[in-house]
Amino acid sequence: MEITNQEFKHCDLIKVTGRVDSSTAPEFTKALEKTTNDNRFKIALDMSELEYMSSAGFRALLATQRNCKRYNRGELVLVKVPARVREALELAGFTELFKTFDDPLEAVGNF
Amino acid sequence: MTTFPAKFEYLDEIRDYIAEAARRSGFTDKEIYSLQLAADEAASNIIEHAYEGITNGSIDLSCDMREDVFTIIMRDEGKKFDPSKVKLPNLKADLSERQIGGLGVYLMRKLMDDVRYETSGKSNTLTMIKRKG
Repeated sequence: MEITNQEFKHCDLIKVTGRVDSSTAPEFTKALEKTTNDNRFKIALDMSELEYMSSAGFRALLATQRNCKRYNRGELVLVKVPARVREALELAGFTELFKTFDDPLEAVGNF
Repeated sequence: MTTFPAKFEYLDEIRDYIAEAARRSGFTDKEIYSLQLAADEAASNIIEHAYEGITNGSIDLSCDMREDVFTIIMRDEGKKFDPSKVKLPNLKADLSERQIGGLGVYLMRKLMDDVRYETSGKSNTLTMIKRKG
């Protein structure tokens, strides 16, 4: 798993690649927390090169969404969710908790 | 059967093992992903709960395909952890109420046709079944 962060004026575009499971989820969580700890709560997560995500990753998404949406200060949106990951998110009932975009720039422009 | 150390760092290898067996059994990529996810959630629970506080545990893993029924068996010698006893999350709850606990077990049950758990002596056995086609 690798994470890169691109800071825009109004939001952060975070890209996660590879596999997020119980082994890598703590690092994924830390990267998201680093952004929210900087009081940056508008986050677009680029998942285009994400190969795999288990419920350990879903947990990080949920915690971040909860944190971002508190006091209406922002939101976590998902970008280019791969089919397999999307199916698992749907099964978990998560798709209704996140806006999704097919294009990173469109996601960034949403903020 | 293959034995894996009960550590999160070995989840990758456990998923590879499942993928290889499932591919040999003729499952599609989508089905293989589901089987990998179910096995990952099961192994993660064993590592986190059955072997809580134990660093040298192991998981015996085997896969078997017979008459279009794919069976994954995971054996551990940790504490009893019966997934069927786990309270399932309320998937209709809104964001603030949503609980993440139990989600892995919920996914296992949704992704597989049957999930069974047995304990005998020191050994716990989790059996997960997926019918093909």
